[in-house]
Amino acid sequence: MSVLKDAITPVLGAGAVYDERQYPSSIISCTVPKEKFVETAKAMKKVHALLAAEWASDETPFGRGFGIYACYRWGSEYLIVKTEAPAEDPAFPTLTKKFLPAYRFERQIKSLMGVTPAGHPDSRPWIKFEDWPEEAWPLRKSFDASKAMPRVTGKYNWIRAEGEGVYEIPVGPVHAGIIEPGHFRFQAVGEDIINLEERLGYVHKGIEKKFESLSWQEGSRLAGRVSGDTTAAHSLAYCIALESMTGCSVPERAQWLRALFLEMERIANHLGDIGAVCNDAAFAFMLYQLSRLREIILRINHKLFGHRLMMDRVIPGGVSVDIDAQGVEMILSELKGLLKEFNKLVVIYDENSSLEDRVKDTGILTPDKARELCVVGIVARASGLNLDCRAQNPFPPYDRIGVTVPVLISGDVHARVWVRIEEIRESVRIIHEILKSLPSGAISADAGIPLPDTSGFSAVEGWRGEIVYWLQSGPTGGVNRCMVRDPSGVNWLGLEQAVLGNIVPDFPLCNKSFNQSYSGHDL
Amino acid sequence: MIRILRQIFRTGIVTEPLPLEAEAEIKEAGAKLKDAIRKRFSKSLTIRHVDAGSCNGCELEIHAINNPIYNCERFGIHFTASPRFADMLLVTGPVSRNMEIALRRTYDATPPPKLVVAVGDCGCSGGIFGESYASMGGVDKIITVDAYIHGCPPTPAALLHGILRAVGNR
Repeated sequence: MSVLKDAITPVLGAGAVYDERQYPSSIISCTVPKEKFVETAKAMKKVHALLAAEWASDETPFGRGFGIYACYRWGSEYLIVKTEAPAEDPAFPTLTKKFLPAYRFERQIKSLMGVTPAGHPDSRPWIKFEDWPEEAWPLRKSFDASKAMPRVTGKYNWIRAEGEGVYEIPVGPVHAGIIEPGHFRFQAVGEDIINLEERLGYVHKGIEKKFESLSWQEGSRLAGRVSGDTTAAHSLAYCIALESMTGCSVPERAQWLRALFLEMERIANHLGDIGAVCNDAAFAFMLYQLSRLREIILRINHKLFGHRLMMDRVIPGGVSVDIDAQGVEMILSELKGLLKEFNKLVVIYDENSSLEDRVKDTGILTPDKARELCVVGIVARASGLNLDCRAQNPFPPYDRIGVTVPVLISGDVHARVWVRIEEIRESVRIIHEILKSLPSGAISADAGIPLPDTSGFSAVEGWRGEIVYWLQSGPTGGVNRCMVRDPSGVNWLGLEQAVLGNIVPDFPLCNKSFNQSYSGHDL
Repeated sequence: MIRILRQIFRTGIVTEPLPLEAEAEIKEAGAKLKDAIRKRFSKSLTIRHVDAGSCNGCELEIHAINNPIYNCERFGIHFTASPRFADMLLVTGPVSRNMEIALRRTYDATPPPKLVVAVGDCGCSGGIFGESYASMGGVDKIITVDAYIHGCPPTPAALLHGILRAVGNR
């Protein structure tokens, strides 16, 4: 039984074409004519599905036009709806009226692929800056990515708020702290934010295009550098998508070690984030205490796995490093000490009334809005959405160990901090379970090479949330398209909504509690 | 409050001496540095970090040199919010096309002697991203670089070492 398939069948009618070349086979994929693209979205909306991603692929090497894909999610199910646009008339009907996150996905499709979403309310480019040549569509096959682009003059039209006492605060791209670049433009009255417009794309490095020039094997290295803080999860998502296409069966021990890496990454990042949120409320004590604990994790990584952030430890077919009995002992004893310290600090966080005053009821993203925006990960779980790929689409050992997903409904800064606190405790438990019954055996297998014209899909829960990869092999078996959807691709819109009505000085606090990736968004 | 104080006292000072292999060089650099920093930078070195297109990996390790274990402030090094106050720009890369202008402006806003240190394999040479329509390559393709710190990302010890060396070289 499939809720999504049942919902879409009446729309498709008898002539439904299901794609057999989409892997893993649990992912339903179908092609619909253009005029039914919106109708399918309507059907999806009716069963409360979320839009996970929308992207386009240049399929001219296959003798087709452009493929436009929308991926929906409901519980553990994913469904991909494809429609085609001929190369001479590259356009498709917009989904923005049904699904809000399509707003940015489609601007991106238009900017980078040159396929127009007809009826989209915002014709401004996204990621593509005003000084790019109009006809530069890097994701098209005809585009030569190795050449530098000339700069042209252009103008970006900001959304303006007008009225008595309204003023504007531009921030960035070079920020005050040690963080990534992005531009924020606030319209405020007094201290209150009445509108925030984000402008991202500063760290666009052409990653999706770069994948197309790499071998399948090398791709995992690049995936590990999409967002440096989520390197294990991104490599893993890439590898799972690839392995689904080649039919590679990953040894059990490797899968368990992958889960171990994922949880270590989650703990390290959550510790850093909680400290940073407290620091932005001028409670530096917490930052220093927690960065000390974070360092413990990074040092374990360095000592046992040879890299502090664990870059390139997940490879196609398995993992590149093993762990011995001594290593297991070390992690267990270090984590025990860490958890004890951590719990003491949580009490301090919880009892500090001036901190409470800053984090509670600040930056609220209501459950309604969270659902409208299809946010994922920590942000979703702090706003009442029970979404976690580890629980809903588990790979071993998660299916055996089980994951308790903390869900809060207040949607404020405190909720996002508290979800992280609970997740750190849960991750420590998961790591214990993994290490207690780590199966023996090989740590990698031959990943193999996918057949031409097939596609692979994966969704992995990184520490920020669900990471989606979609790979497509070309007519000769190389990489035709690699679509990457970092959680930041949807969650940035959540921040714009969460800060409304808050005071400008609370913005850093709200931003830190989201802590979205710029690099993962801009790609 | 008592809990906070107790935790602070129980934790004590966790700052570590730098790793042995770096120690000798750093001592030497440190000795030179004291003079250099005293003369040139009034006893402290102020750094402005610029992410010109990094994946955020280098940023995490730059954060780490501020943690109590690596504690860069003991050398008189601290980070500032504005390039106007900076003696040194710590630039991570590769320089993306969309950040090129912002990087140039930041450089122009920095008063002399404006030391520039390129951080990470991408900052040094473009790394895995290389040169393309969106990536300009290493930092030295855009502005003059005084020192390079390799690594993907460089460890906090390598960062400290590199920063100290850059000042010593001048």
